Amino acid sequence: MPKVRIPTPLRQYASGESEVEVGGGTAGEALGNLVETHPDLKQHLYTGDSKLRSFVNVYKGDEDIRYLDGQDTDVADGDELSIIPSIAGGSVGRCR
Amino acid sequence: MALKIGHGDVKHIHDHAKGTYPEECSGVMVGMDTGGMKVVVDVWRAENTHEDERSRRFLIDPKEYIAFEKRADERDMEILGVYHSHPDHPAEPSEYDRDHAWPGWSYIIASVSGDEINDMRSWLLKDDRSGYDEEKIAN
Repeated sequence: MPKVRIPTPLRQYASGESEVEVGGGTAGEALGNLVETHPDLKQHLYTGDSKLRSFVNVYKGDEDIRYLDGQDTDVADGDELSIIPSIAGGSVGRCR
Repeated sequence: MALKIGHGDVKHIHDHAKGTYPEECSGVMVGMDTGGMKVVVDVWRAENTHEDERSRRFLIDPKEYIAFEKRADERDMEILGVYHSHPDHPAEPSEYDRDHAWPGWSYIIASVSGDEINDMRSWLLKDDRSGYDEEKIAN
């Protein structure tokens, strides 16, 4: 089964796991199975209309799936998908 | 919960902020979360890869981030949060910061003007993402 690597800030929603083995033949299926097992992850990965959030990156090996076939990207046994948060910010637009 | 960070690591963040001025700097803090306190063991600099407007924006390349995470795992540490600088702006999170913040992480912001650090504060995103709570920094 493919493995999904969970980034540090989301491990609290995945029973503390850093890596989870999931079924699925595509990246989308694997992520769907992941959130089925760990439902608390869903709101952090997907928007209300079930699209991956823009600040969530998913890599297959070293490649961003956006530049492969997106959620239709094939995954096989032994493949590693990594969920990688976009780490960004900046000073303009102050709030508390 | 407080964030314990030693003088050497604070100096590292300050030096980074001053070194990249007038552009923003960023990096990660790694260490241990004891439950009652987060203890920073090291800070690792990241490159600001934002394409433009680096005086008010930063972006860490996903590949650099995943390398940090693997390096932390190998050392039995975890990424406790992210630091960045606000050149000529207060050490307070912006709306843009909030959009990109992750729950549970400490966000240190250093306000810098030229060769002067004006202020440095740490922030935690509220669970409902509605804003931030300030986190005490302990040395």
